[in-house]
Amino acid sequence: MEIVMAIVIGILFMTATYLMLSKSLLRIIVGTGLLSHGAHLLILTMGGLKRGAAPLLGEQGPYTDPLPQALILTAIVISFGVTAFFLVLAYRAYKELGTDNIEKMRGNRGNE
Amino acid sequence: MSLLHLAIIAPLLWAILVPLFYKSFRQIHTGWFVLPLPIILFIYFFSFISTTRHQAIVMETLNWIPSMGINFTAKVDGLGLLFALLITGIGALVILYSIYYLSKTKEKLNTFYTYLLLFMGAMLGVVLSDNLIVMYAFWELTSFSSFLLIGYWYHREKSRYGAQKSMIITVFGGLAMLGGIVLLHLMTGSFSITEIISQSQDIVSHSLFIPALLCVLLGAFTKSAQFPFHIWLPDAMEAPTPVSAYLHSATMVKAGIYLVARLTPVFAVDGLWVWLVAGFGIVTLFWGSFSAVKQTDLKSILAFSTVSQLGLIMSLLGVGAAALHFPGVKDNLYIVATTAAVFHLINHATFKGSLFMVAGIVDHETGTRDIRKLGGLMHFMPITFTIAIIGTFSMAGLPPFNGFLSKEMFFTGMLHVLELDLFNIQSVAILFPIIAWIASVFTFIYSMMLVFKTFTGKHQPEKLDKKPHEAPIGMLISPTILASLVIIIFFFPNSLLSENIISPALAAIFPSLLNTGTEFVTHIGIWHGPTPELFMTLGVIALGILLYLTFPKWRKVYKLFPDKLALNRLYDGIIDRSQSGSYRLTTSYMTGSIRSYLVYIFTFFIIILATSLVVKDAFKLDTVHVSSIGIYELLLALFVVIGAISTVFAKTRLASILLLGAVGYTVSLFYVLFRAPDLALTQLVIETVSVALFLVCFYHLPKLRKEDSRVRFKLTNALISVGVGVMVTLIALSAHSNKFFKSISQYYIENTYTEAAGKNMVNVILVDFRGFDTLFEITVLAIASLGIYGMIRLRLTRRDEE
Amino acid sequence: MRSNNNIILETTMKVVLFIIVLFSVYIFFAGHYYPGGGFIGGLMTSGAIVLLLIAYDIKTVATILPVNYRTMTGIGLLFAIGTSAGSLLFNVPFLTHAFGHIEVPILGDISLHTATLFDLGVYLVVVGVTMTIIQTIGEDE
Repeated sequence: MEIVMAIVIGILFMTATYLMLSKSLLRIIVGTGLLSHGAHLLILTMGGLKRGAAPLLGEQGPYTDPLPQALILTAIVISFGVTAFFLVLAYRAYKELGTDNIEKMRGNRGNE
Repeated sequence: MSLLHLAIIAPLLWAILVPLFYKSFRQIHTGWFVLPLPIILFIYFFSFISTTRHQAIVMETLNWIPSMGINFTAKVDGLGLLFALLITGIGALVILYSIYYLSKTKEKLNTFYTYLLLFMGAMLGVVLSDNLIVMYAFWELTSFSSFLLIGYWYHREKSRYGAQKSMIITVFGGLAMLGGIVLLHLMTGSFSITEIISQSQDIVSHSLFIPALLCVLLGAFTKSAQFPFHIWLPDAMEAPTPVSAYLHSATMVKAGIYLVARLTPVFAVDGLWVWLVAGFGIVTLFWGSFSAVKQTDLKSILAFSTVSQLGLIMSLLGVGAAALHFPGVKDNLYIVATTAAVFHLINHATFKGSLFMVAGIVDHETGTRDIRKLGGLMHFMPITFTIAIIGTFSMAGLPPFNGFLSKEMFFTGMLHVLELDLFNIQSVAILFPIIAWIASVFTFIYSMMLVFKTFTGKHQPEKLDKKPHEAPIGMLISPTILASLVIIIFFFPNSLLSENIISPALAAIFPSLLNTGTEFVTHIGIWHGPTPELFMTLGVIALGILLYLTFPKWRKVYKLFPDKLALNRLYDGIIDRSQSGSYRLTTSYMTGSIRSYLVYIFTFFIIILATSLVVKDAFKLDTVHVSSIGIYELLLALFVVIGAISTVFAKTRLASILLLGAVGYTVSLFYVLFRAPDLALTQLVIETVSVALFLVCFYHLPKLRKEDSRVRFKLTNALISVGVGVMVTLIALSAHSNKFFKSISQYYIENTYTEAAGKNMVNVILVDFRGFDTLFEITVLAIASLGIYGMIRLRLTRRDEE
Repeated sequence: MRSNNNIILETTMKVVLFIIVLFSVYIFFAGHYYPGGGFIGGLMTSGAIVLLLIAYDIKTVATILPVNYRTMTGIGLLFAIGTSAGSLLFNVPFLTHAFGHIEVPILGDISLHTATLFDLGVYLVVVGVTMTIIQTIGEDE
């Protein structure tokens, strides 16, 4: 399963990178969203998958690694904050400048 | 948390209250609310004298980061107490003076007193911390508060320049000192000064000893304005005069002196310490006094005079450090130098404090500090004149003022250098008394200029902005107290200071010289008979008067030092170069386009990872220790892949938002399958909230147009993204296959119930074991929401105004 | 948000809202022992409020729940930092938590944690932040 996950994560990163390199702000935001999903899954996979019960005492041991889960929980909430901030930034920029093309925002016509 | 700790941080806490006083009681000068604090603290610290005079030490520890040996250990010994009394005592007098100096209607008193209290707390922290890291933190805080105070009149160009200059130089020294502290830690394994002192004999041969010594001295020299780092102090005179009196003569600049005194037992084992401290001190002494003579601004004269006096104290400490190389207390020739250093430290605070206040009064009542415009003020301000006479004569080393006593002891200390046959110092030993004597002549000259050019001579009312008159009585209280101390100390040096202050301070500087039952006996005599010191003083007076009278004739000497070679030029040049250089460097790669930055980041990411994989031969594929592949997982994986790839080709904004949501929900199902219930729940809810958020913005977001870019642009992007994807996959596979370390998770699994009494390990890690992460995380969240709020609201108000 | 009349949604909301809020509070308190905690509880509460926003318009919700969410964020941060710094007063390192058990009539044995106070801070910050974001954008029409 870890190998399959590694490939899935790779594809998530690949699409995320492609979207982030484009010129449309909305695509960039979607790209960051995908990137954070990829990163979360990467952390989880590195801790080993399905190695035991959920990390709650009282379940039948052995338990899965709780540390990656704690890290991911933090990361999920942070990435939510970042995405929200970015989204509003894009929204503001669009209302102000009338474009979501990052090249046009800088006053260039964009290399189209 | 002990009373002692509370006393140290009390000024910092008080600083929070200042704006409240300022707002609520506008009719009353804010200074009156601040004044009680230093007085209370002074009385509190005064009560320690009975403890420290018996060589006892008070230590209180507050745990901070015990695992790294960093604890807020407050230690009161003779040396720390001396400084604490200076800080609070002079602090109280300065605040009293400032109440009359700063107008309550024109000045922003809340910021002024906040900064001043900040400084006071920081300074108390420096001198009373036994832990070097804590001391360093407070040390930097003094630099910051000094920066703020120098730049208090920030609308003036010169204030900003002076503030920046002092900040750059002292923080540079502070960082060097931090390096020294780290080196000391590497050698001794401790941050505690007491602990390090006890190991000083073992570390002297360590290869890091000399670098540590140099780093620490750099910190001390920059802070105490030693040549060639003294250039910040004259520019710091742009601060309001109470600040100059407090920070830049009596307290902050003495932090460097304190550091040298405090670490003498650690470093003085090596002769280099004696050489450097004494050498830099004596050069500073000469250069400061020599430069002071040519100044025309009262505060500039005082600034260079402070530089020179600091050099004097520093050189005494250097010579005194040689005492550690002779056994015992009795017949130890060099203790007298350290005694003189401590004694002069006190004297300097008294006479220089009063002189700064006099300069402030003159400035306040006449509108200028230029001695070429002043003159004949004696008749208008008799009391100020008297105070000025006392201060300057003490500074010049004349009886019956305390400066005379410490100046005599200074000469004694310098003459003892002739008999020092250690560290090859004999070859240049003769220079020490000679330079000391010449510098004293210059000191005499500028002292006379300071008082006589201002208060005697011809009155020039046409050059003054205001009609001079005597200062209000409140403004005179503080300098009068200091001036009377100058005289009282002269007549009763032993009963006041010797046993109570100076001997305990010596015990702190030379702990190894004390055996059980012995103690430092300090005796300061007024009359020693016809000694060489007395003749030196007489020579200073004679030559000083001669040169003072003939000053216009030899003034040209100063022309020999061209401005081009001045250190200030060097400093300005370095600042200019580094600014333009970093500007050029930055503009060369900071193009302002997100895409180029992302290309940098991703390319760097690919290259660095690929290289390390190849060089370290790290790629490995472990197909044995893998978990089974279930049909559900495979389906979910397929969903994620399809969803992710579709976002690239999504034609409408709604589609891409929904696809992102779909990927998110699938990922949360992954968490369910991978036994992470907390994550699954969080992801599910957050995905809902995010989609709601996206939809709120949805109406305003632009239509997603087809990416109509050139093929080459697309190809580059595709190449980079495929590279990133492949690299991540490879890293993930090798990270899974190489297990070099045992997982630390077992600790959490075992201790969740016993240490934190919880059962949900993830939650316990979040709120307890790794609570710091969570604390910072919610802080980041709060900042993000404030940013969003600001982005939308602030612009709206602006639009309303339009 | 638009103010459209959606009777079915509004009626359902009245019932569902309390269930969600109660559930989120339960999940918050259960966090130390079962899945849950400040993050999830907070997010769920804000999810409930978002539902309310969808059913009614933003002004109505503002009158029903006259809460300043920025203040809430600040209070939450104070809770978290206060709980962490409180340990300094007992001369133990920053962020050391304490716990104990007390007997309460009717409810029986209850364990008390300072960690819960910290988590309450997290809960308040999460609700405050999420609602600040959504409310700010929503009001910007």
